[in-house]
Order: sequence, then C-alpha cells, then structure tokens
Amino acid sequence: MSMALTLLTLLPLLGALAVASLPAGRKELARRLGLGFSLAAMGLAMLLWNQFDAAASFNFVEQYSWIPSWNLKYHVGVDGLGMLMVVLTALVIPFSLVSSWHIEDQPKVYFALVLGLEAGLFGVFTALNFFHWFIFWELSLIPAYFLIKLWGGTLRTPAAMQFFIYTMVGSVAMLLAFQALYLATGTFDFATLARLAKSGQLSQSMAALAQNHGWKNGLGQWMPTLIFGGVFLGLAVKVPLIPFHTWLPAAYAEAPAGTSMILTGVLSKMGVYGFLRLLLPVFPHEMQALLPWLLGLAVLTIVASAGAAMAQKDLKRVVAYSSINHLGYCLLGIFAAAQATDARPLWADEKAAALNGVILQMFNHGISASALFCFVGLIERRAGGRRGLEDFGGLRQIAPVFAGLMGITVFSSLGLPGLNGFIGEFLIFKGAFSLVSWAAVLSVAGLLLTAIFLLTLLQKVFNGPLNERWSGFPDLSLGERVMLAPVIAIIFIVGIYPQCILGAINSSVMQMVSNLAR
Amino acid sequence: MLAWTIYISFIGAAVLMLVNPRHRLVVRGLALGTAVAGLLLALLGVLEYQRLAGLATIVDCSWIPALGIKYYLAVDGLSLVLVILTGLAAVTGILFSWNIEERVNEFFALYLALIGGVYGVFLSFDLFLLFVFYEIAIIPKYFLIAIWGSTNRQYGAMKLALYSFVGSAMVLVGLIAAYVVSGARTFDLVELARFNPFPASFQLWAFPLVFFGFAILAGLWPFHTWAPTGHVAAPTAASMLLAGVVMKLGAYGAMRVAMTLFPLGLMKWQPFLAYLAATGIVYGATVALVQRDLKFVIGYSSVSHMGFVLLGLMTLTEVGLTGAILQMFSHGIIAGLLFAVVGRMVYDRTHTRELARLRGMNLGRLMPFTAVAFVIAGAASMGLPGFSGFVAEWQVLVGAWHAFPGLAGLAGLGIIVGAAYTLRAIQQTFFGDQSAGPPEAPHDLAPVTWPEMLGVFILLGATLAVGLYPRVMLDLIVPSLNAPWMQALVGGIKP
Amino acid sequence: MISNYRALLALLAPETILVVTALLVLVADLGLLRGRDPRRRATVAAMLGGLGCFLAMAFLLQPPEPRNLLDGMLVVNPLTQLVKQYLLFITFGTLILAVESRCTCHVGEYFALLILATVGFMFMVSSENLLMIFVSLELASLSLYILTAFARQTLASAEAALKYYLFGGLSAAFMLFGMSLLYGLTGEIHLADIADHTRSLGLDPLLILAMAMIVVGLGFKIAAVPFQLWAPDVYQGAPVPSAALIASGSKVASFFLLAKVAMVGFSGLEGSGGWGQFQAGWVPLLAVLAAFSIILGNLAALAQQSLKRLLAYSAIAHAGYMLTGVVAGGESGLVSLLYYVLTYALTAVGAFGVVDVVEAQAGDDRLSSFAGLSRRAPLMSFCLLVFLLSLAGIPPLAGFFGKFYMFSAAAGAGQHQLGMLWLVILAIAMSAVSLYYYLQVLKQVYVSAPAPAAGRLVIPLPVQVVIACLALSVIILGCFPNLLAGKLLLAFHGGH
Repeated sequence: MSMALTLLTLLPLLGALAVASLPAGRKELARRLGLGFSLAAMGLAMLLWNQFDAAASFNFVEQYSWIPSWNLKYHVGVDGLGMLMVVLTALVIPFSLVSSWHIEDQPKVYFALVLGLEAGLFGVFTALNFFHWFIFWELSLIPAYFLIKLWGGTLRTPAAMQFFIYTMVGSVAMLLAFQALYLATGTFDFATLARLAKSGQLSQSMAALAQNHGWKNGLGQWMPTLIFGGVFLGLAVKVPLIPFHTWLPAAYAEAPAGTSMILTGVLSKMGVYGFLRLLLPVFPHEMQALLPWLLGLAVLTIVASAGAAMAQKDLKRVVAYSSINHLGYCLLGIFAAAQATDARPLWADEKAAALNGVILQMFNHGISASALFCFVGLIERRAGGRRGLEDFGGLRQIAPVFAGLMGITVFSSLGLPGLNGFIGEFLIFKGAFSLVSWAAVLSVAGLLLTAIFLLTLLQKVFNGPLNERWSGFPDLSLGERVMLAPVIAIIFIVGIYPQCILGAINSSVMQMVSNLAR
Repeated sequence: MLAWTIYISFIGAAVLMLVNPRHRLVVRGLALGTAVAGLLLALLGVLEYQRLAGLATIVDCSWIPALGIKYYLAVDGLSLVLVILTGLAAVTGILFSWNIEERVNEFFALYLALIGGVYGVFLSFDLFLLFVFYEIAIIPKYFLIAIWGSTNRQYGAMKLALYSFVGSAMVLVGLIAAYVVSGARTFDLVELARFNPFPASFQLWAFPLVFFGFAILAGLWPFHTWAPTGHVAAPTAASMLLAGVVMKLGAYGAMRVAMTLFPLGLMKWQPFLAYLAATGIVYGATVALVQRDLKFVIGYSSVSHMGFVLLGLMTLTEVGLTGAILQMFSHGIIAGLLFAVVGRMVYDRTHTRELARLRGMNLGRLMPFTAVAFVIAGAASMGLPGFSGFVAEWQVLVGAWHAFPGLAGLAGLGIIVGAAYTLRAIQQTFFGDQSAGPPEAPHDLAPVTWPEMLGVFILLGATLAVGLYPRVMLDLIVPSLNAPWMQALVGGIKP
Repeated sequence: MISNYRALLALLAPETILVVTALLVLVADLGLLRGRDPRRRATVAAMLGGLGCFLAMAFLLQPPEPRNLLDGMLVVNPLTQLVKQYLLFITFGTLILAVESRCTCHVGEYFALLILATVGFMFMVSSENLLMIFVSLELASLSLYILTAFARQTLASAEAALKYYLFGGLSAAFMLFGMSLLYGLTGEIHLADIADHTRSLGLDPLLILAMAMIVVGLGFKIAAVPFQLWAPDVYQGAPVPSAALIASGSKVASFFLLAKVAMVGFSGLEGSGGWGQFQAGWVPLLAVLAAFSIILGNLAALAQQSLKRLLAYSAIAHAGYMLTGVVAGGESGLVSLLYYVLTYALTAVGAFGVVDVVEAQAGDDRLSSFAGLSRRAPLMSFCLLVFLLSLAGIPPLAGFFGKFYMFSAAAGAGQHQLGMLWLVILAIAMSAVSLYYYLQVLKQVYVSAPAPAAGRLVIPLPVQVVIACLALSVIILGCFPNLLAGKLLLAFHGGH
C-alpha cells in the first residue's frame, strides 16, 4: 500500500482519460465506465478507511524528492481529517454520477470531467506540501468550470465565468502569500510550517524577510498580516465566507444538479479543509489578533445567509444559501478554536469539541447538501425545469416516498437530533459557547432562521392543497430509491452512531489542538 | 555538434530554394527533416553538455582579426534551454504549415533561414557574431509575414521589420561605443563581462540603449506595439516563431548583452525597468480582455507573458532569473500552441477569427480535438499549476517578492486578468451560446490532420513535462546562472 | 628622379595597356566591323576590353616596391595596386553589362570611353600631385560626361549629360581655383610637401578657402550634399552601364582621392568635429557634409518611384556614410572606407545590372515594373535582394561589415573618445530609415503579384553570370570580410 494515495488520485484521472477516449456514440458505455471508475475509487477509499490507523498522525505517507533546488518534495499522507474528506469525496462522486445518468448531451465528456474533478479533490485532500496541493487546488477549477459552462442553465456563461474569476483571485492571493512564506522559511511543507509557527520562528522569519529587503517599517510590521490575508482570501472565496460569496448562488443555481452536488458536497470542503490545514496551524497569532473580525465574519455568514435563504424563491438558491449557512458553522468552530487559551487548560477540551464538530459537520453537510441538491434536481426534471418555491404544493399526496426521503434530508440538514446533522452542530456550539460565547449566541439566530426556511421549503412543496398542474408528478422510481438508499442510511448511521467517524478523527483533532499555539 | 543546428538550417534553406515548388511533399519532407535534425542535435547537445558543464566552447577561432572579432560559438545552460525551445518551435511550426500550397519552397526556405539565425543568436558568445545572427533573423520574418500573412500583412510585416531594425540600430550604436570605450579590441562576451572595462558614466547611458534595443523585440511595454499587429498579420508558423522564439531573442539579448556587460548601468535602471515590465504584464492582459479578434487576444497575451520574463530578469535574483529563462521556454511553447490552434486549426477552417462570429458556430462540438487542445493550452497560459507556465511565473513572482514586493502584487493582478481573458477566449470561440440561434458554422470543416495532432502532442508534452518535472530545465539553468562571469546578474553588484 | 623610361613604363604598364586597348577597340570597331550588327560589334569590343582589363590586372598582381615618382605624379604602392585591381574588375563587369544594354549604335566609341574613364580613375588613385590629380580627374570626368549623353534617342540622357557637364565644369573650376590658391600659399604641388607647409601655416583664411574649394570640387564627384543635384538625373537618364560606372568606379576613385587629399595634403589641419568640441579644420567640414548627405539622401529616397532615382538618392546617402570614414581618418578610417567603397561599388554595378535587365523588358524602371519579379526571374530577384540588403546594411552581407567597420573607426576617432559618436548615431539611425525604402522595392519583387501578362524574363547568360558573381562576392565578402579587409590592411602597412 505504499503508493495507495497516489494510486487513489491517479485512478479517476485514468478513468477520465478512458471515458474521454470512447467514441461519441457509445453513451451508455461511457456512463458505465465512468461510474465503474468512481466505484473503484470508492472501493479503494473504503479499503484505506478500513486500514486507517487513527493513532498514527499520518497514514499512507509517501515522500519523494521532487525539485531539490527548491527544497520541494512530493509528500502525501492523510490524517483523520484528510481520510474523512477522501471518503466523503469517494461517496459523493458516484452519487452525483448516478444522479446525472439522464444527461444526453455529450455524457462522456460530462463523466470524464467529473472524474477529473475527483482526481483533483483527492489530490487536495492528500497533499502535505503546498506546491502540489496548489496544483490540485487549481486543477479542480477547470472541470468545475466546464461542468457549469456546458451543462448549466440559461445564465450559465456569466455564472461559470464569475465562479472561475473569483476563485482565481483568491488563488493568486494565496499563491503570492505562500511565496512570501517560502521566502521567509524556505519550505512548503505543511507540517514544517506548522512546527515553525508553533515555536514562534515563523513570525521571526517573516519579520526578518521584511527587514532583509529593506521594506519600510510599516510594511514590515504588516507583513505577517498581509501574508495571512492572502491565504485567508484564497480560502474564504472557496468556502465561501460572506462577503466573498457572491459567485456562489449563481454558480450553484445554474450548474446542473449533479454538479451542484459536487460543488456543495466536496468542493466547498476544500476551503474549510484549507482553514484547518493551513490557517489554523500556520497563522495562530494572526488569527488571534484578528479574532473578533473573523468571528464577526462567521456570524455574518451564518445569519445573513440564513436571512437570504428565506428571501429566495428558487429551490436551488434556497439550498445554495443554506449551504453557505452550514459552512458558516464550520468556520465559527474553527475560529473559536483559534481563541487564545491563555492559562485555561479546560479550553483545550472545548477546542477539541469544536474541531471535532467542524470536521463532522463537513462530512455531514457534504452528504446532506448533496442529497438535497439531488432531490431538487429530481423535482426540477419532473417539473420540466421549474423549481420555484411557489410552483409546487401538496406533492406529498401523490409522491409520499419522495416527500418522506426529502423530509429526512431536510431534517438532517437543520440538525434534528438522531440524524447526522445534529451532532456536528452540537459539538461546534458546545465548544463555541465556552470559547467565544458572544459569537455563539449571535449564531443561534442563524440556527433558528435555518429551521424556519427549511421547514417553509418542505411545507410549500409538499404540503397544502395539491397544485393540479402536477397531478402526474411521479413518485421515486425504483432506481432512484436504490440510488438514495445508501445516503439515507448514512444519515441515520452517523446520526445514531457518530463514533464511527469521531473515532477516526478524534486523535487527529487532539493532535491539532495540542499543536495550536497557546 | 551543436553548431550544426545553425549550419543544417541554412543548408536546408539553400537546398529548398533549389527544389521545384511543385514537389510539395518533397519540400515539406525536406523542411521537416531539417528541423527534426536540428531538434535532435539540440537534444543531443544536452547529453554532450552535461559532460562538459559550465560554458562549453563549440568553436573558437579568429574571424575578422582587423577588429578582433572571433567566430566564437559556445553553449551554457541558458542557451541550451532556448536552443531546445527553438528546435521544438521549428518542428511544430512546420507541422502546422503543412497546408501551405503557394510558393511552398520559398516559405520553408525563409522559415529555415530564420531558424538558423535564431540558433545562431543563442549559441554566439562573440558580440559581433551574436549581432550578425540577430539581424539575419529580421528579413525572413518580413517576407514570411508579407507574403503568406493574413490581415493587414504588409503593414504588420513592415512595422515589425522597422521596429526590429530600429532596435538593432540602437544595439549597434551601443556595441560600437562599447568596443571603442573598452579599448580591448575584442567582442568576446565572457572576457568583457569578466573585466568589465566600462566606466560607470558610460554604462549609465549605454545600458538603456542596448537593453531597450533588444527589449523592443521582447515586447517590452511601451515598445510592444509591433507584437499584436505582427502576430495577427503573420501566417500560423510565423506567429508561432514570433511568439515562440523571436520575442525570446530580444529578452535573451537584453540579458546576455546589456545586463551582463553593463552591471552598473543595470543597477541604476533596474527599478524603472521592473516597473515597465510589471506595467506590461497588466497592460497586455487588460487589453487582451477587450479584443474582438482571437489572434489579437493571444498577441496581447504574449506582451503580458513577456512582461514576466522581463520582470524576472529585473529581480536580479537567482530564482527570478531562473523563472525568466523558464518563462521564455514556457511561453514559447504555450504561445506557439495557442497560435497554432487559432491560426491553423480554427482560422484555416472557419476563415474568421472574430470572436462574435465564432461564438455563433459552437465549435466545441464540431471540433472537439481542437477545443480540448485550446482549453489545455489556455489553462497552461493562465499559469495553472502542472504546466510549465506555472513553474516559471511562480519563480518570477518569488524573485519579485525579493526585489519588488509591490510589483509581485501587480503581477498577481496580471495573472488574474490573464485568467479572465483566456477564459473569455475559450468561451467565445468554442463554447458559444447554442441558444443564440442555429449554428452558422460551415459543416464541412476539414478533419484534423496528423501533422496537426502530432504538433499539438509535442507542444503539450513539452509544457507538461517541464511543468511536472521542472528539474530537467532547472538543472541546466541554475548552474549556468552561478557561473562566475554571470555574477553581475545574480544579486547585482554594488557600485 | 627616374632616368630609365623602361622602368617608368613598367610601372605604368596597366594604364598603358588600357589606353592601347581603348585605341584597339576604336580601330576594330570603326575599321573592321563597320556596318555589322551592333550586338556583335559590342561583343567584340567587350572581349577586347575585357582582355585588356585582365592583362592590366596581371601587371598589378605582383606587389611592387613602394615608389613615389616625380613629386607624387605617380605613386605606386600595394594599396594603390589593390584598388586598381578592383577598379578593373568593376570595369570588366560594366563592359559585360554594356554588351547587352544596346544603348547606342556607336559601339566602339562607347567602349573606348568606358576604358578611358577607367584610365582616369586609375591615375586618380595613383597620383599625389595637384597637377596630375586635376588632369586625371578631368580625363575621367570628360569621359563620363560623354558616356552619360550616349543614349541620344532619349531626351533624359541629353538633359542628364548637360546637367552633369555644367555642374561638373563649375566644380572643376572651383577645384582648380582652390588648387591654385594652395599652390600660391605653399609653392608646392606635391601633397606631402604641401602638408609640410600648411602645418606651419596654421589655419590661414586663404588656406581655409582653398580647402573649401577643393572640397567643393571633390564633393561634386562623390555627390555629397549640397553638390548632389546632378546625381538623380544622371543616374536615371544615363545609359545604365554609364550610370553603373559613375556609381561604382567613379566613387571608388574619388573617395580614394578625397581621402588622400584630406589625410595627406591637409594633415595637421584636421580640427575636431566632436560633439561640443568643435575646432575648425577639414574634419568638421566633411562631417557636416556627411550628416547632410545622410539625412537628405535617405529622406529623399523614401519618396522615389523610380528605382534608378532611388538608387541615386541612396548613393548620396552612402556618400555621406563614406565621408564618416574619411572623417575617422587614420589607418582604420582609410581601410574601412576602402572596404566600404569597394564593396559598395560591386553592389552598385550589380543593382544597376538588374535594373537594366528589367528596364529592357518592362520599358521603365518604376517600382511597379518590378512587381512579381521573383516569379519572372528568380535568380535576378535574389541578386537584387542581396544587393539592396547589403546597401541597407543587413548581415551577413558586405555592406553590413563595411558600415560596422567604418562606424567603429569613426566612433573611436579623434582625441576625444566617442567625440564623433553623434555622426555615427545619425548614420545608424538613418540606415534604419533606409531599410524602409529598400524593403519597399523588395516588397514589389517578392510580395506583389506580377502583371497578368508578364511571363518569364529572358536574360542573356553573360549578364546573369556577371550579376550572380557580383552577388556572390557581396555575400562572400560579408561572411569573410577578412578576405578584403585583411588584404587592405596588409597593403596599407606595405605602402607606408
């Protein structure tokens, strides 16, 4: 298994090439081959999950020298966080592919692009060196762009463009910041950077960098903050954090449902993952210094997105804003964990709780949000492209299974105890209340609003008098039920037995917390 | 051995002039054979060079003793990188000109003459010799564009020729003045760089004279205006060469001659030139964003990317200079590919380059191979990681952080705008709105031919190989930069 | 003094042979071939003339002892011999061109005059004595006046000859006046002796006047601004071989003479033409002439529609470039000047040859007549390309190295380093301008499509051979400049 992670990344890439090289006419074969590759990747991911040793800090590590003159290594490995994200990706991609089975327009290109996207995601979640982490981070952009651009709705062109440019702005900012970091430290290795940060050498090096180049006092002083700002911007756009979110509703709404599932399910996790892997360990001092502002942004994200979701008339946009909202909780947890501990040892436990919650929430949101988009996609297809909140009504009467399963997903999303969403949010708030109580209290408003708009959604679509227009609305077919069954199962399993995930991530989280600066 | 890259190109050109143009296949075959032989020689040169290391002399004999001029060909890592680039560009350019029917022997003869001159510049270490090869390249360029070009070809060709010639006139004045002032009766670049016999007051004006003279051809803003019109007017292969190697001639000359010989002048002018370079990056990108003609987009993108080269040079750091050289290579490959796709694969089939018209054609479906090639090339051009452009721009930016942190930010802005115009071009050319109405594209688009595919694969392979494993180039570049006689460049010298 | 006339004759053998050849040509043509087909007469005349040239050249081959006879009336040294060889080579080329030119039915006279003009050039090269200089100059000039007027059918030829003659006569008068002043001031007619006196005289106003007048006379010969007015008309109106000879042989001889007069006769009166370091003397005078010639020649050439006029203006510009060589002075100045003027002469003959070929078939020499020439006469087009690019100074052609050599000599001249750089910058900048009009011609030749009816040109083989040889020598001298520059240097040092 020494090459396991590289293999995992290469597998979907090979799949993409294989699918793309099929003749255009063989649509069904292309779909099957694509799904086959994604299932193979899932199998491999599951195998790794099975062999994953939670006690060790990084599993399946590979390390090769790459460009020695830059002190650059190819370094991959997964801890609990990375492993979980790999699993999430491996689960969501086949789910998305199955739900995109109906695409008739160049399906082989679509499937190939999704597989390429999967490769990029695996690459991001396994990389431990900024250089190739960044390669995959950027490479995932291209397939995502084309998925929106080629198979999206009427406004797909501006949406795709906006998505790409926003992300690119963030990426360039991050790139520049990391270069400055490299100049200061001479390394791109995440672990090394974190170690330097903890020992305080990083701040010194950054100050030295400014001094060595004779930059004016002001610039030298602001240097670390600038670097932090660059990385932060890159990640915040990806998550997204309000006010860097404006690309998101358009992109999610215009993308085909299968793509929205991936965008929200996994792509948005890249940003949160970056916060955990890069910002938290490498820039603890900067985060502490700016903590009120960061928390303010998180609260704003939670509350404003919930408010915006209430105002939406389009199902996809509702779900899109709810997605922002849920990721806001993740950021709240992360920022809370950045709070200076000072001399309060108990806070370490709270931080661990918050971070455990964050990671769990990432996984849960990945599952439920992609399922939600899947449902919205199903509705949209059945209604011939209509997806307005007010267009439906009373569907429960004629499509009870549909309504039931979607209801479960919605409740999972709003954090009903017993379903998966609950435990993550609970842990986050548990940590946040002790660490940064004001922000947590304000965020509760977001929780309430979320509950309101999600319930409104259920009510408007499924309850009330039946809209006669949709009297022929078919219930879930057998195939669709089979497709959704595993997802619903995961919702219940994680909700009832969260330990299956917490067990894998807890030791990584403990390590993370112990690495945080005091 | 490497010297034969020059000779074989000129011999090929001379032979082609004598072949009857009616035997097109023979002509093409001969041209391709010559170019491939040049490329192979260049690649063999890498093996040979690795044994020798440092500055490997190829030929060194007296040429015109009256002025102390030597016929001095040599190679170091920097030249070698560019020689390989020239070889690649030459071969693929011929592959993408397979459809030239008119006066085909003259076309390839001029083409090979140009290539021979370019090889010569990269291998000359005697200033006079370098200058001779530099000027040899001007005339074939003019004819290639004026005879086989497209839009406004006569204007574009003349503009390019005059800009080049004005630039080389400036260089000539500088060379003559340097020769007189040094009093050393030699044009040996290495010797002059070692002894640096030029007083500071002289360097102060000689440096910009020579630097700008060369940099005109490198597309330095604000002397870049020949580039877009020239690129647009040129036939595909000539655009590929213009962007691929001719612009590199300028940058290479600026580095090899101006910066090496006049380090004191360089120190004075460094900040100013760095600002010009960064302005060029942003300006080129911004202007590319609003073009209506696809080739103009790429033409201006060349200006922007060459800005990175010049910015890298001006950082005077090892990493920045390495980046600049690598960017020369990378841009040569990528721009070549973009021009090939646009000129040969799109324009020759649809007979338009207007974005507005291409948008209605929905070419992505009609020409999938072309679309994929363009998308990948575009991604490489944007500086997405995994491609050579990323490694190069990365290093330039690191260098810029060292020297001019503010400009690093400006260059970053350039990258973003770069992504925007590339995306716009991709979108409008290949993935226009199907909803805009029935596609107006001619449905009898000729299928992609094997030379085109081969060319695309060679160029993509090169950019990917360097992008993923930059060591192949870095191992050549870095030791050469650290050669003692180049010390004026790396780190600069304090007056 | 020389007592032995046989020895004198041995030294003068080349010139004597040529004079005899000229007489033979006349006799053969008027006596034996009267009434025959002019073309055949021309062939015979050219063969005779060519034979004479080769014979003369054979006498020039062995390097002589440097001799200076009769107060500089006859100066023989390796350098003069070398220049004469080239003059003969040029004349030979012109003779071949003249065979096919068919500009006249007075074949014998025409060829004889061509040869006699060459004799004049050769004496110009080998005399350092005012009297002899003037006589040889007049011999050459008078021959050229008549050669210009030979195309009696055309009005242009007559007009050109008249203009040439009037301006020439005037300038000869100036020159003679200048010479007499010089003699009056110094009492010497040998240049070296004059220099001895003038050095002690300093810058006497009369001396300045004399100098200026001699410069006027020679300036006319080389067609430097402002004495250039005759040149465009003569180049255009004269029969092409005559024009070629005026542009080549006459240039070579006149520049050699000018350099000699300035560097030997007025040595010590150089003055300084450096930027901001002005000091009266012949250097600033010539530098100003050079600057004006370069500017006016190049700018006026931009507007020309006739290739011959274009070549005329470019010749004016080149006269300016060459003056920078004179201004540079010294060893490198003289050697580079000779390199430049000799290669320029080859180029000029070649270019006129091509023009003649085209004009003979198209009827005129407008640029549009050259459209598509590359498809009608590929070899000639290529040669024209070589000639024009060499004129523009594009490597690896002879014109490039010539410019480079001469400009670096000029930049290094004078007491102040880089003092003359202003002139070099001007010259280089204007040569960038010149590329534009040369490219305009080449654009017609290579880019434009030929007129629909135009077929392949029929060009006599000898002409093709001569032009191709000239082009080849321009290329070879460009690639291996040492072949000529090395010889010139060697000869220079052998002579002094």
